[in-house]
Amino acid sequence: MNDKNAINLLSLPAASGRGSNSLNKARLPLFTYNGIPFNLIKIVFISLLIAAISMLPSYAHALDVKRTVLPNGLVVLHSEKHNLPIVMLTFIVKAGQINEPEDKAGLAYLTAELLTEGTKHRSALEVSEEIEFMGASLDASAKRDYTALSLSVLKRDIKKGFELFSDILLYPTFPQEEIERKSELIKGYLKQQEEDPSFLAERAFIKEVFGEHPYGRLIEGNLKTIDRVKRQDIFDFYNEFFVPNNSIMSVVGDLTAEELAILIGQYLGGWKNVKEGKYSATPRSIGNVYSLTEESGKGEGIFSEGKKAKKIIKIDRDLTQANIMLGNPGISRDNPDYYAVSVMNYILGGGGFTSRLMQSVRDEMGLAYDIHSLFLSYKQGGVFLVSSQTKNESANTVIQEILTQIENIRKEGVTEEELSDAQAYLTGSFPRRLDTNRKIADFFAAVEFYELGLDYAEKFPMYINSVTREDVLRVARKYLDHENYVLVIVADQEKANIEDLQKTAEVLACISYN
Amino acid sequence: MKYIKAIFIFVFFCLPTVTGAEEVKEYRLDNGLKVLIIEEHKAPVATFQVWYRAGSRNEPAGKSGISHLLEHMMFKGTAEYGPGELSRIVQKNGGIDNAYTTKDYTAYFELLSADRISIAVDLESDRMQNLTFEPKEVSSERRVVMEERRLRYEDDPQNSLFEEVVSSAFKVHPYQRPVIGWMSEIDSIERKDLYDYYKKYYSPDNASIIIVGDVNAVKIIEEVKESFGDIPAAESPMRDIISVEPEQKGERRVLLKREAELPYIIMAYHTPSFPHEDSYALDVLSMVLSGGKSSRLYQSLVYDQKIALSASADYSGFNRDPYLFFFSATAAPGADINEVEKAIHTQIEKIITDFPSDREIKKAKNQIESSFIMGQDSIYLQAMKYGIFEMLGDWRLIDSYLEGIRQVKADDIVKVTRKYFTENNRTVGILIPTEK
Repeated sequence: MNDKNAINLLSLPAASGRGSNSLNKARLPLFTYNGIPFNLIKIVFISLLIAAISMLPSYAHALDVKRTVLPNGLVVLHSEKHNLPIVMLTFIVKAGQINEPEDKAGLAYLTAELLTEGTKHRSALEVSEEIEFMGASLDASAKRDYTALSLSVLKRDIKKGFELFSDILLYPTFPQEEIERKSELIKGYLKQQEEDPSFLAERAFIKEVFGEHPYGRLIEGNLKTIDRVKRQDIFDFYNEFFVPNNSIMSVVGDLTAEELAILIGQYLGGWKNVKEGKYSATPRSIGNVYSLTEESGKGEGIFSEGKKAKKIIKIDRDLTQANIMLGNPGISRDNPDYYAVSVMNYILGGGGFTSRLMQSVRDEMGLAYDIHSLFLSYKQGGVFLVSSQTKNESANTVIQEILTQIENIRKEGVTEEELSDAQAYLTGSFPRRLDTNRKIADFFAAVEFYELGLDYAEKFPMYINSVTREDVLRVARKYLDHENYVLVIVADQEKANIEDLQKTAEVLACISYN
Repeated sequence: MKYIKAIFIFVFFCLPTVTGAEEVKEYRLDNGLKVLIIEEHKAPVATFQVWYRAGSRNEPAGKSGISHLLEHMMFKGTAEYGPGELSRIVQKNGGIDNAYTTKDYTAYFELLSADRISIAVDLESDRMQNLTFEPKEVSSERRVVMEERRLRYEDDPQNSLFEEVVSSAFKVHPYQRPVIGWMSEIDSIERKDLYDYYKKYYSPDNASIIIVGDVNAVKIIEEVKESFGDIPAAESPMRDIISVEPEQKGERRVLLKREAELPYIIMAYHTPSFPHEDSYALDVLSMVLSGGKSSRLYQSLVYDQKIALSASADYSGFNRDPYLFFFSATAAPGADINEVEKAIHTQIEKIITDFPSDREIKKAKNQIESSFIMGQDSIYLQAMKYGIFEMLGDWRLIDSYLEGIRQVKADDIVKVTRKYFTENNRTVGILIPTEK
């Protein structure tokens, strides 16, 4: 329950502050999987969740999902689970941050947030009151590649719950008053987030790595762009993308196929598709997509040939710790090297207490509570990053150690034992990754969205187990860069005094913003 | 942005029905170790948890944070398994392990495929008695915890205010101390302090084991007996702490001035804990005030008046001793924090003047009930439910809690509001942002 004072061996306050803003923040006994903060898991749940899936054939079959494409184009995934009187629904609309214009950044986020703030049949208060009266939850939020709606409801309330879900999906009215109210709240929230050093680090970091690509912006937009979003923009975005043949519905729980068919017929029956065929969301304002997967030189970003450069960004704040974020462009979700990269990253800094970075910086040096590395992979690209916090005075040491570890894995690769341990974890953790109805519902929606195939759970162990030491070495060399990286340091700059780093390596750009 | 109270997921287990559906098998070994096993065969996974009745309330003076530092040391090796070996073994088997420390207890857990759960039995029994406390590991881990303190408190304005308010509200009772400890005191903890504390509190008669998942109780209890049965009970019976917080007789106010963006307020009132008869009404009241976007605090402060970005009421009666009922709010940009404070007082007044409606009370109870049922989606949360009540005395208290919640009426809510939310019983903390 709410043990506000609970402290973990390893857990983090929201790294980008997307959690609740109440007293409970950071005081719940949260824990992390592999040292990855939960909020980051949410951002890219597919890349991490799925990376951990292996096969126990009998169990994979036990998931027993049924896929149907309705006449209007909506893909429905359904798995019956009668062990608990609950139903979990995950609904994905294939439109998110990548589909919004740069000057109206935050449009996707605002649209999603407003779905629950008034419909043809209900005011904002009526929506929340009716959901909360059932002890259910119904949320909508925009992500980088898509928008997700999520309903959790007791079986006894499924009819009412499904009706409310269909109401916010099909009949939102986006009242002007609610748009203004929500915009002010988001702007206030962004202002408050300035208190959070990890938020500042992440914002600066993704901006440098992704440049003008939408992934380089905050999902919430910024103070200027939020104000530019007009009611008509929201309607246009909604009308263009929120169509059945651009959506996926995943339902897991105490509900039979017949019961689901009746609910769909009754509440989504009149939902018309567009363009009489397969619809696909198209990105807008892509900007430059940087990816080391492309042979060099194609993009125009800082990592393309000729523009490759190290960037160091220092942000000065009255802090006791330096928040360090170091990395480079990563890979998209459909990159065939995804699995070799998953194994490599587990060994470097993704494997919680057992990773090389954790063993070195935390266990041996005692310099940080958390240090981890991540590959975040999306439809159109991705990012690699190492993140840690250490007292200002140790910042140089930790940065050097991160670079040394990156250089080592690039130079020498990994041992046979490290490889087999990583494979054992990534494949062996499968049952745990799908041990609740909520996780299964999210899993199937993501598998469909990223086109991984419904037999993905069965194939995953093969993908992981076929990775060799040579593959690990190759992807380390290809996707990690210990010379041309982006480094963000949010710290008391006088105390952190990262000059040493600048002496030992040529700095091509050094920006200070405050 | 999520406005729904984060406590939801952890309040989960708090309510009606379904308890009956779970069969709890209870055992007690000769050395006093209690073992609860709940077979749950929906997925081939299991969790093994060891809960020790030792948290920051048990710490000796001047050694705040020792429970938490000991929790860290529990991963730093025994004679048989060296530092970090334990996590490596668990992860190699596809599992994860972790632990957390609270005011009242410390819990350790593994989550694994059910066919690997014996690994956890072996590792946990080993570290209940054989920790080595290598001096080098102690000094390194002490530094890690100091970094953790910087991360969570020193550099987080709102969390710093929380620490200020709690330590002002308590003068005598050890709840005054933060679980993570004060910086200078963490720094003072030596190997011998840790060893003595470990020997005093980490014994089978001061612990409970909770196992939930796809296991066979008859089989696994034999493994537990085999591994834990020979560990001796504590030599002298455990003596509980004697400190009692005297009644507060006058408002206390603390200000925190530091670099921050928006003003923030926390108000804390001393309240009794479960199973005190008033605890149920306080629980329902916290949901009426802040159980989602349709609740009173959100509707008035955030939605209508637009003076706060967030506003919440926060109560958990699941403490060994009387603790606090919190109100908190972040001011909206440009809003006056004094107006926010007044608005919270107005909402407290309104509980008395505008009785909570039947529908509001029913909604609160439904929310608690449903989170209880949905919490069973996860074996981790299921195990946690039993652990929390075990730490309060007996897992069977779950039933009296559920019954108590069901009985709450509007009159009870008004009564506790009048009784506890008085000026003299209040500690107010305000974060005042400054420029660097």
